[in-house]
Amino acid sequence: MIEIRDLLIQRNGRDVLRIDALDIARTETLTVVGPNGAGKSTLLLVLAHLLKPARGHIRFDGRSLTKWNELEYRRKISFVFQAPLLMDMTVEQNIALGLKFRGTRKEETQQRVGKWMKQLGIEPLSGRRASQLSGGEAQRVSLARAFVLEPELLLLDEPFAALDPPTHAKLLEDLSGILEQDHRTAVFVTHNLNEAAKLSHRIAVIVDGMLHQVGPARQIKMHPVNEMVEAFLRELPQSQ
Amino acid sequence: MLFDSDVFQITALSLQVSAIATLISLLIGLPLGTWLALGNFRGRSFILSIINTGMALPPVVVGLVVAIMLWRSGPLGELRLIYTPVAIIIAQTIISAPVVTGLTAAALEALDPRLQQQLLGLGASRGQMVWYLWREARLPLLAALMAGFGSVISEVGASMMVGGNIRGQTRVLTTAIVLETSKGEFDIALALSALLLVITYLINLALTLIQQKGRKGEFSSGTLWRSPSRKLP
Repeated sequence: MIEIRDLLIQRNGRDVLRIDALDIARTETLTVVGPNGAGKSTLLLVLAHLLKPARGHIRFDGRSLTKWNELEYRRKISFVFQAPLLMDMTVEQNIALGLKFRGTRKEETQQRVGKWMKQLGIEPLSGRRASQLSGGEAQRVSLARAFVLEPELLLLDEPFAALDPPTHAKLLEDLSGILEQDHRTAVFVTHNLNEAAKLSHRIAVIVDGMLHQVGPARQIKMHPVNEMVEAFLRELPQSQ
Repeated sequence: MLFDSDVFQITALSLQVSAIATLISLLIGLPLGTWLALGNFRGRSFILSIINTGMALPPVVVGLVVAIMLWRSGPLGELRLIYTPVAIIIAQTIISAPVVTGLTAAALEALDPRLQQQLLGLGASRGQMVWYLWREARLPLLAALMAGFGSVISEVGASMMVGGNIRGQTRVLTTAIVLETSKGEFDIALALSALLLVITYLINLALTLIQQKGRKGEFSSGTLWRSPSRKLP
């Protein structure tokens, strides 16, 4: 579904991410791990067509990203940031926002919003304003807002990083279930290897702006390809 | 001596010219301020510094420049606008537009920069993104509108120079206050001042009530989630 070749991203004239080759299959969940500042979020911005590479190409469904109409492409994806970034409106209106952008009919919007509020356990909050939500609730709304679009590609940038451990664990459990049941293609960024192993089919390790290894969690833990990956794994907390 | 009909006419003209000037400033300042806030181009900081300087433009200097331009022998003299309400509107727009532009840019720059990416990431077109950013920044944008209106309803120098303070034609509240003071008619000047203050207060009260009704809570995107380290319940 996604094919990345010879990719180079620069910011202010500095190389921030280099990927020689990376493929993501349809219905696959790929988790991108690496230390802070490694370039993980940059990869998501490029995949969302929000950042242009200095070199290389990305193909989506066999067609280069540069050949896609930007808006048409962005309406096939959905992006969840670390911060929920909700608008100052009700939960229901927030979830319906992307559908409104696409001009979806009211009845269909209501039906889809209802389905995803139920799925994420936030139905009782539908009329509540974003300002009245807790952090965990806000992040559930943010996830529902992305899933309701039924995107071909879901991009998740550390959506649980700012949550306390119990909320984090519950939301991770729920997301894992939804991804498994929904068979949606997703790229998930985290720096938590356990989280990565739980959610994804394969893991991509990015260290110092370079993609070093892609494979199942077990393979990465047992056979790191080089010293940089090994050093990254060594620096992770023992619980991981 | 001013009669009731004079006061009514002066007040109506004051409100009319200042409201039109503020509206034109909004039509200029909202898109220009948005472009400056969201754009990333060479010379952006320079243009912003010019706009910010424009926010402190002395009305008499604006009045002088506009008067020179509209003077019978001036480059735009043929339009015969000097000493007309239109001349006052032009001068007031020049005073108010940088205020609205600068404060619009500041209001949008204060939003979380990731909000643009989030809206685009949800499939918003550029137009939809801008509309929802305005919506999210509506409180400071209303403040920009209030500041723009305040800068023109209370100015006297430019209105005097390009309007000429002609009774029944270009006399507005501020120029009438100056005239009555110069004649030693302090009672009338004070009454007109009180009227100007009451009108300004009522308009700002109405805008403030609208603004406070839309007050954002702790979790709105402009203010929340700035710190990734913050643990949320």
